[in-house]
Amino acid sequence: MATETLTLGKALNVGLRRALENDPKVVIMGEDVGKLGGVFRITDGLQKDFGDQRVIDTPLAESGIIGTAIGLAIRGYRPVCEIQFDGFVYPAYDQIVSQVAKMHYRSRGKLKIPMVIRIPFGGGIGAVEHHSESPEAYFAHTAGLKVVSCANPQDAYVMIQQAIASDDPIIFLEPKRRYWEKGPVEVDAPLADAYPLHAARVARPGTDVTVLAYGPMVRTCLDAATAAAEDGRELEVIDLRTLSPLDLGVVYESVKRTGRAVVVHEAPSNVGLGAELAARITEECFYSLESPVLRVTGFDTPYPAARVEEEYLPDLDRVLDAVDRTYGW
Amino acid sequence: MAKGDPGVTTRGRRAAPRSKKAGAGKAGDPELVQLLTPEGERIESVTGPDGTEYRVDFTDEEYRGLYRDLVLVRKLDAEATALQRQGELGIWASLLGQEAAQVGSGRALRTQDMAFPTYREHGVLYCRGIDPIMPLGLFRGVDQGGWDPNEFKFNMYTIVIGAQTLHATGYAMGIAMDGKTGTDDGEAVIAYFGDGATSQGDVNESFVWAGVFNAPMVFFCQNNQYAISEPLERQTRIPLYQRAAGFGFPGIRVDGNDVLATYAVTRQALDNARHGQGPSLIEAYTYRMGAHTTSDDPTRYRIASEVEAWQAKDPIARMKAFLTKQQLADADFFAEVDEQARRESVHLRERVLAMPNPEPTTLFDHVYPNGSPLVEQQREQFSRYLESFEGSAH
Repeated sequence: MATETLTLGKALNVGLRRALENDPKVVIMGEDVGKLGGVFRITDGLQKDFGDQRVIDTPLAESGIIGTAIGLAIRGYRPVCEIQFDGFVYPAYDQIVSQVAKMHYRSRGKLKIPMVIRIPFGGGIGAVEHHSESPEAYFAHTAGLKVVSCANPQDAYVMIQQAIASDDPIIFLEPKRRYWEKGPVEVDAPLADAYPLHAARVARPGTDVTVLAYGPMVRTCLDAATAAAEDGRELEVIDLRTLSPLDLGVVYESVKRTGRAVVVHEAPSNVGLGAELAARITEECFYSLESPVLRVTGFDTPYPAARVEEEYLPDLDRVLDAVDRTYGW
Repeated sequence: MAKGDPGVTTRGRRAAPRSKKAGAGKAGDPELVQLLTPEGERIESVTGPDGTEYRVDFTDEEYRGLYRDLVLVRKLDAEATALQRQGELGIWASLLGQEAAQVGSGRALRTQDMAFPTYREHGVLYCRGIDPIMPLGLFRGVDQGGWDPNEFKFNMYTIVIGAQTLHATGYAMGIAMDGKTGTDDGEAVIAYFGDGATSQGDVNESFVWAGVFNAPMVFFCQNNQYAISEPLERQTRIPLYQRAAGFGFPGIRVDGNDVLATYAVTRQALDNARHGQGPSLIEAYTYRMGAHTTSDDPTRYRIASEVEAWQAKDPIARMKAFLTKQQLADADFFAEVDEQARRESVHLRERVLAMPNPEPTTLFDHVYPNGSPLVEQQREQFSRYLESFEGSAH
């Protein structure tokens, strides 16, 4: 089986290429996805090989991208829409939340909108405002949408193909600051045998504290686990992968063993994924908990200027601080 | 008239004495394409601003069919309003006054064409062959629109103003990508929206998209003069059809109370689209005779004399006058149509009253094509909760 070392961005590119090859109904659309290959080059070379009918440079209007993709989906296409940056998805909010999410339900199952909306999300790249946000809670809160995030090249390659093959509308969050991180990718493995899309996975087994993360924070938490191990504390890091629906079986199993849980995300804490996870864990693992579920998150402020974003973003030390605090009860 | 694809023939053409040229429109007394005056006089043909000659050549039977459509659509709509007043529907958005705009455009669609409605296109829905009970389920609150959009080539109603114009544009792009344009049996799309919607970003984005991608579609704006309470002047300072020029495609204003002109203009625009000539905008100039919905009180924002002036332009009265003058129909015919309309409205009422409420747990159906463990868990928990009341005096 061929294993290649790819960056996460390249793994997405190859995954998109496979999807275009395997299904003539797959179309990619977005701003600058054609000749330029996208501002992050995720669609690099695809228009050249598949033509401008399948890799479509759209006018600069996000609602238009999603709205026309709905029409294409009704027509039988499988649109893969690129939103250039997290902070630019909001002009498309109505089309995503009121149209994409509800079409199947309102039609009592007669219409399907098999659409993937790719959004590079999160901070850490020193960008100007509106380029570093984590909007996942808005979409995870919306029935009818599924939300996933990849954290490594292997998952990027597989999950983008699985998302495109799924009949569900899927918000696909790409950890933009990890685009350049490399890892092994099994490029020939059959998709049918791959790890399921809507399933969490233990990224590092441990016995003392369960650390829950997704997207860009998985790497941060794995680094924290390495540091904690040097102090004799074994963190179990779970890569959630699917944010809506959450895959909670593996979470409950872990927390019942460790008795401690820390949730880590870049998005603000207030009414975020961490709040949902804390509530679910409390409900299901109440008698196993040695401490409350703690959250390490971005602050409840707008995303700050780039020169202070390192203070805003959860890092190794803040994760370890929370881990320590779970021993304070 | 046959459902779906009424033919245009040269037989039975009524020799109307006049032809005229449609000029540039003004807000007050618009120049528009008209083939049937409010008095029921036929204008044989009208030449549009781009030189296109608009005419219809219906058979006598087809003229009578259009009249029948108009009467039926109005009667069923009136029945729905009555049902709402009696508490049987939660709300109703009446099409009163807009019958010709809807029947004219609806009958201009060919079988293969796809329509994207707002929530008021009950007349177009009727022309597409959909059971008129369907939208009443939505407004009664037992479902959210029950027809199959692909089977009838008529999408679900869209309540968010203007959102459907983008769906229509994407669908039309798909037609072009499928290579289904350029011939007589090519496909085209019609997107319905109102004067208020023209202020929405989505409508303007769809104009941009349709122009850029040369989408085979017709933007059909029913300018009924009001967006709930706000008059046209609150949405625009130029006639709406002139907006098209800025987006690079043709726009035309038609008398939306004239079923013949609406048919002719829409059929031409759809045929242009299906032959690969791209999008166009039709402004059907009409008037919402009733309230915005049954929750609205139009006496708060418009005066009786304005309504009376439009009453004189009634789409059904002018068709009846035409049929009578041309001796295409007699009193027996009109009575028979009225009787059919009465029968169908009674039948509609009976069926609405018999509509069952959905089973509570069906609210968990169809959230996702592939399902969701979260939804299934809640369905199960809620079912158990409901079962806990069984046998109690609750």
